[in-house]
Amino acid sequence: MSIKKVTQHPTQNEELIFDRSQMGRVGYRLPNLDVEETNIDDILPQELRRDDDLAGVPEVSEVDVIRHFTRMSTWNFSIDLGMYPLGSCTMKYNSRLNEKVARIAGFANLHPLAPESEAQGALELIYKLQEDLAEITGLKGVSLQPAAGAHGEMTGVMLIRAFLDKRDGEKSRERRVMLIPDSAHGTNPASAHLAGFTVKTIRSTAEGLTDMEHLKTLCEEGGVAGLMLTNPNTVGIFETNIKEICDIIHEAGGLVYMDGANMNALVGVARPGDFGVDVIHLNLHKTFSTPHGGGGPGCGPCCCTAELEPFLPVPRVIKEDENYKLDFNRPESIGRVKAFFGNFGMMVRALAYIQTHGAEGLREATEAAVLNARYIGHHLVEAFDKPFKSDSMHEVIFSHKKQSRKGVHTLDIAKRLIDYGFHPMTIYFPLIVEGAMLIEPTESVGRQDLDAFIDAMKSIAQETIDDPELVIGAPHSTRIGRLDEATAARKPVLRWKPDMETLSKSA
Amino acid sequence: MRYIPNSPEERDEMLKIVGLNSADELFRSIPNDVQLNRALDVTAPLSEIEVISEMEKLAEKNMAARKTSFLGAGAYSHYSPTIVDHLIQRSEFFTSYTPYQPEVTQGTLQYIFEFQTLVCQLTGMDVANASMYDGSTAMAEAFLMAQRVTKRDKVVIAETVHPEYLAVAKTYTQHGDLKIETVHFDKESGRILSDDLDKLDAQTAALVVQSPNFFGCVEDLQILADKAHEVGALFIVVVTEAISFGLLKSPGACGADIVVAEGQSFGIPLSYGGPYVGLFACKDKYVRNMPGRLAGIAYDAKGNRGFVLTLATREQHIRREKATSNICTNQGLIALAATIYMETMGKRGLQEVAMQNAQKAAYASNRISEIEGFSLPFSAPKFNEFVVRAPKPAEEILAKLTNEKGIIGGLSLSRYYAKNPNDFLVCVTELNTKEQIDNLVEGLREISE
Repeated sequence: MSIKKVTQHPTQNEELIFDRSQMGRVGYRLPNLDVEETNIDDILPQELRRDDDLAGVPEVSEVDVIRHFTRMSTWNFSIDLGMYPLGSCTMKYNSRLNEKVARIAGFANLHPLAPESEAQGALELIYKLQEDLAEITGLKGVSLQPAAGAHGEMTGVMLIRAFLDKRDGEKSRERRVMLIPDSAHGTNPASAHLAGFTVKTIRSTAEGLTDMEHLKTLCEEGGVAGLMLTNPNTVGIFETNIKEICDIIHEAGGLVYMDGANMNALVGVARPGDFGVDVIHLNLHKTFSTPHGGGGPGCGPCCCTAELEPFLPVPRVIKEDENYKLDFNRPESIGRVKAFFGNFGMMVRALAYIQTHGAEGLREATEAAVLNARYIGHHLVEAFDKPFKSDSMHEVIFSHKKQSRKGVHTLDIAKRLIDYGFHPMTIYFPLIVEGAMLIEPTESVGRQDLDAFIDAMKSIAQETIDDPELVIGAPHSTRIGRLDEATAARKPVLRWKPDMETLSKSA
Repeated sequence: MRYIPNSPEERDEMLKIVGLNSADELFRSIPNDVQLNRALDVTAPLSEIEVISEMEKLAEKNMAARKTSFLGAGAYSHYSPTIVDHLIQRSEFFTSYTPYQPEVTQGTLQYIFEFQTLVCQLTGMDVANASMYDGSTAMAEAFLMAQRVTKRDKVVIAETVHPEYLAVAKTYTQHGDLKIETVHFDKESGRILSDDLDKLDAQTAALVVQSPNFFGCVEDLQILADKAHEVGALFIVVVTEAISFGLLKSPGACGADIVVAEGQSFGIPLSYGGPYVGLFACKDKYVRNMPGRLAGIAYDAKGNRGFVLTLATREQHIRREKATSNICTNQGLIALAATIYMETMGKRGLQEVAMQNAQKAAYASNRISEIEGFSLPFSAPKFNEFVVRAPKPAEEILAKLTNEKGIIGGLSLSRYYAKNPNDFLVCVTELNTKEQIDNLVEGLREISE
């Protein structure tokens, strides 16, 4: 391999661990077996045992592993490095304190099937978090079992289905339409489908809001089981008519599910339960700062009205006198959505987040998140097309309309932003804005960083005029350039194999 | 608030710049009658010292975490090399997100690719995804996948699959047109009852078997695979104890079409049930029906090798309600921990740890079976878990053992199977010393006297 420039570490192209493996290297040591050894054939006959000697599994030393992962890590952008303004993802600061408390031995070493009397602290923690989330959402039934946002969403629509089946009996069959705005997250229709609903799409208005006339028309067509709505919606605007929207759905006999992905705009300011929402999921990894971890783990609590509470997943965590208990006796429950009780480690972190902020800190975070987005909107409105005039909440949307005339598209702007040291925003979502750029700074960004981001965006807008090729060819600062995703999908290579060419073709 | 960089003065200046007089005015688009207009009724802000103290008080009440334990049943106590937890705490890994922009997420994409490869190697399958929420949800997704692949509407599942996994699958499938039928187990061997396999028919999308099964018994997968394939059904193998891959014949080598597993044993703390990580692998020909994310190799214009998320056309942001699954995230950081675990232990470590588990469990089961009144009801070969039949109700014995000896001796099967009040499930891993096993045996002997 030829190294043509100064690099951070010796290999520009860190090999796969499989290529690094050397027979005989070891990275572990176990204590010697301290029991009398039984002939293995008496434990497990040979035909049940592996005979491939774990072919291909690497043999490396501990130092090899440390260097391998440390080098790879340097190719990642992260929140700790700088602003990560992925709209809808709420990339806020992940506190080290939360990491520390989740690792306390009394939590980390606790087996989920330990007797309840021996796990009272964990049950109490779950109960406390349930109470706090009920207060924050204004919805008193809470289950922390779902493992992620989309999982909480599936749980939420299943609650609606169970409620309708009970209320309407056989007639529930005539009520299988879930209304979903055209701006919704793709998981919404996928989750609705899992609960046996068919989807009808509601149009958005030119102002970026739910089209009330279209909503009414769809309700008049009948069969409406419910509505799945994100609020603030995915263009970052609060649905001002939210009460009326909920009333229309309720009058039509349906229920309202709110996608809580954007709760970071509302905590301490307004509560979905007070607008008329029946069920919501939260993303603890967004609003409550549990780490995104390169794509999980999440935790997607589901909060609902008292009316829907009997249908929540089992077991529920309840308090009886001074004791905390798992309650399995919920005959109307939709059932379990996950083994055990959910991603407990994420609950510890989220509770620590709430405790650290307290009531005033939670509101302060909401205010800062909204102000930061408003500030970006204010400064970029000249340089970029801002498709909606309404006040943005915690995220602000632009389009590439002004730049595309020069042949520069959203993808190019996103890639060029990398050269300025920022992670790109969310791009091409929501689908209702052509060339969408959805920017969510979160509260974890100070004014200097916001100004630097604004300068970078303005500079890219200027480059689009002066030197569009520079933008179109971006990024220029990364180890690799834009990758050929089309070929990757056409001829997928999804694993290493012994005789495979996995290094660069140029090497 | 120390996590919010701007000072009140900076905030006020910024408000002025955007044309507002106060922070309250930020929320003008929210009608006043739906604003909260009061403080939330949650705790006052706590300092770091206070949060740690509160949390330690709660953790202290989890007495089970300090006791010698022989609990398994889908969550296992294993050794995790120190570097696992150290490496996953690098900012670059734990504070990044789904690798939407490959140029600045190659670290994540490359470890996902290595994870996929390792899962293939251990399960003996062609292709694996970037992980699922956990083993239970992975199994439910496998049901839906089998239905998509075969266009059939019945799944036949062994009664010896983890009861909570079965419960999750029932939740997932309750509104589709998929029927679930259970196959009973043989009371002598503890394995699936082959006479009961006449439930397999031309409507069957899949036969689903866990091995080692919930009772710790290793199933004869080869024969079961043939039975499933005879009727054109897929054979789905579920593994809750991933350490067993180091010793047992891989499901792929036995004819599995889809393998789902819980990866918690690979260096992930028990953490009262989560977060864990689901492994999901299948044969090549089914890859386009597979749920979840996939990383693949791609090249840039200069020929540099990199990785991207690929085959996204299966996913919900493109397919919406026609997606293969509603799954959006994987278990990124936990999959990373599992990857580091597998690579650090390596070929020899995975073999040795599996062997130690089998040896220690064999020692423990032999010793327990020698106690007057105790027996091992199932004759099939076992890995690191086994059922013990006690002379008295298991719950009573285990409660006494905990209270008097400070040992959590296992899981009473009455939690899931009302018919077996005297049976309990014991798990022994490399972390259980001979002394702990001997204390368990002595404790059981004394208590049952």
